[in-house]
Amino acid sequence: MPSQLETASHPQGLKRVAIEPVTRVEGHGKVTLLLDEDDHVQQARLHIVEFRGFEKFIQGRPFWELPVLVQRLCGICPVSHHLAAAKACDRLVGVDQLTSTAEKVRRLMHFGQILQSHALHFFHLSSPDLLFGFDDPVAHRNIIGVLDAHPDIARQGVLLRKYGQEVIRITSGKRIHGTGAIPGGVNKAVSASERDLLQADIGQVVQWAVDGVALMKRLFGANAAAFQRFGTIDANSLSLVRPDGELELYHGGLRARDATGSVLFDHADVADYQDLLAEQVKPWSYMKFPFIRALGPEAGWYRVGPLARVGNCDAIDTPLAERERQEFVAMGQGRPVQATLATHWARLIELLHCAEAIERLLQDPDLGGRDLLLQGEPRRLGIGVIEAPRGTLFHHYEIDADGLVRKANLIVSTTNNNQAMNESIRQVALDELDGRRLTEPLLNRIEVAIRAYDPCLSCATHALGKMPLELELLDADGAVLDRLRKRADGNIVDDGHCSAAS
Amino acid sequence: MDTRVRPKLRVATTSLAGCFGCHMSLLDIDERLIDLVELVELDRTPLTDIKTIGDCDLGLIEGGVGNAENVEVLRTFRHHCKVLVAVGACAVNGGIPAMRNSFALSDCLEEAYIDGVGLYNQGIPNDPELPLLLSQVHPIHEVVKVDYFLPGCPPSADAIWTFLTELLAGKPIGFPYTQIHYD
Ligand code: SF4
Repeated sequence: MPSQLETASHPQGLKRVAIEPVTRVEGHGKVTLLLDEDDHVQQARLHIVEFRGFEKFIQGRPFWELPVLVQRLCGICPVSHHLAAAKACDRLVGVDQLTSTAEKVRRLMHFGQILQSHALHFFHLSSPDLLFGFDDPVAHRNIIGVLDAHPDIARQGVLLRKYGQEVIRITSGKRIHGTGAIPGGVNKAVSASERDLLQADIGQVVQWAVDGVALMKRLFGANAAAFQRFGTIDANSLSLVRPDGELELYHGGLRARDATGSVLFDHADVADYQDLLAEQVKPWSYMKFPFIRALGPEAGWYRVGPLARVGNCDAIDTPLAERERQEFVAMGQGRPVQATLATHWARLIELLHCAEAIERLLQDPDLGGRDLLLQGEPRRLGIGVIEAPRGTLFHHYEIDADGLVRKANLIVSTTNNNQAMNESIRQVALDELDGRRLTEPLLNRIEVAIRAYDPCLSCATHALGKMPLELELLDADGAVLDRLRKRADGNIVDDGHCSAAS
Repeated sequence: MDTRVRPKLRVATTSLAGCFGCHMSLLDIDERLIDLVELVELDRTPLTDIKTIGDCDLGLIEGGVGNAENVEVLRTFRHHCKVLVAVGACAVNGGIPAMRNSFALSDCLEEAYIDGVGLYNQGIPNDPELPLLLSQVHPIHEVVKVDYFLPGCPPSADAIWTFLTELLAGKPIGFPYTQIHYD
């Protein structure tokens, strides 16, 4: 049972091995393993060592800043935060249904975002493991190696991502941290010339997406038995679905299934997410551990993202992706596909869906409409939920009478996958590392499992060795800027920073 | 193009307290990435599996300094890089993460792990594996000497491209107005 590896019963005297930073993921994380003298793994943990405190420091800010402020949580999927915050702000300005132009421009932006993020993850970050094998030398196991060995594949990845980024630029004003969505709508439509620009390449983009799925199927097929087993865990799954049960990335109800595929809840209103989900705090990670309340923290953790979405939905409403989905789910023989590495395959099916959906939207005259913005009766509570590239993303804001933020709760996609990622690395540790002398390629297998989730760990790193109990931050001239102590009870004491620092 | 074999410049990049957007903007040079790898070799960056930085010609830092590890990594980068660049608002002046500087760190932690919505098993994470947080988020020049500052949130791909190509060509770096115009 992988969960037994969460905490070693007798950590004293065990050998510690750290993988840090975890590489070829977006942002930095750290894995620690504790091993006994016979190299049996006693504990395996993925730590998120970063803390930024958004939920606090946005308190007191005017709500209309949220879509541009909170997207700075993440530069890889800023559009997801931009749109989830905008959706929450729609509620705050009393708008439940946007104009069709506003809704379609936002959807186009979102499809562009998922397309670019999925392309980045597969081609730039994960393809080296899949094309070259997990044992490939470190110096070669990266996108530069792919450019060398498979220039066509690498180029396709770069150009697919570029296309998604261009969709984002045109709908939001900038490729990264744009400003297109505002509470109640959008601030610009898509002009005829912008549409022509995107239309010129979309046929090629759909074709590359088709090729991408075919490539992944080939890679999976070539290693089918190993890929079926690698890091595979029995997980519940959670995603948005449309009222008709089809795949939905922008707006829908929540559906959860258990590991066998039975529905736990369906079409649940996202405004009630607090009744369905809770988050557990564990002392060894800054990332919380969400779970389905009805099942409790031990059994209630779940998976989000491509594998959960493609498995959860009843159909995909674009023809090429739907054909691929049917072939994909058939692999599970009536049960959800649980192979962690199949997440790459599901991700490419979604990439294809986004390309097809962009092609269809670009033919919609509403994209160029004039009605961009609505306003209604102001409200104090706004909850916005979206399917980000990595999974379901929750933004929840409460404001006061002056429109200033009083309370905020963010459950980001990667947080939803926290326990699932930990379970997968423990499974890999048991199957592949246990009792063996650890080598770099073996440790890379842990990262291969993490990469399948495309985690967005954002940024923080950790040095080897013992944590200092006292820390002084000196400036370039040796003057003390900041001094902190960690007391024996674990509490951090700030001994005050010098005025020179502020 | 000069075909004589010149050693490629070695470049390392890292993200401290930032959002990764500056790294994404670097990738937004799109196909020029293929030209770039003709000119440079990547050392430790999130794109390679090199975990420890070696001697480099150029280090690009995204993000400010928010915890003990950021300090450590930043100092190691300074030690190994001939030229060190603060890329983006967070590295240049702390950026959005520095908004927490107007609150006590303990208030930020309590909001996230004790008083937050729908929490179970509340408590502030305190495992020795977690790096010590600083009470303030600092721009990187407060901790190490910085050779160049590239502003923007993020700096555009074109600005990054201008910077890299002119630096690699040994030219003084000048930007057209559009590349340093912000919204
Ligand atoms: S400067 Fe902007 S884009 Fe760069 S890391 Fe900071 S928030 Fe992200």
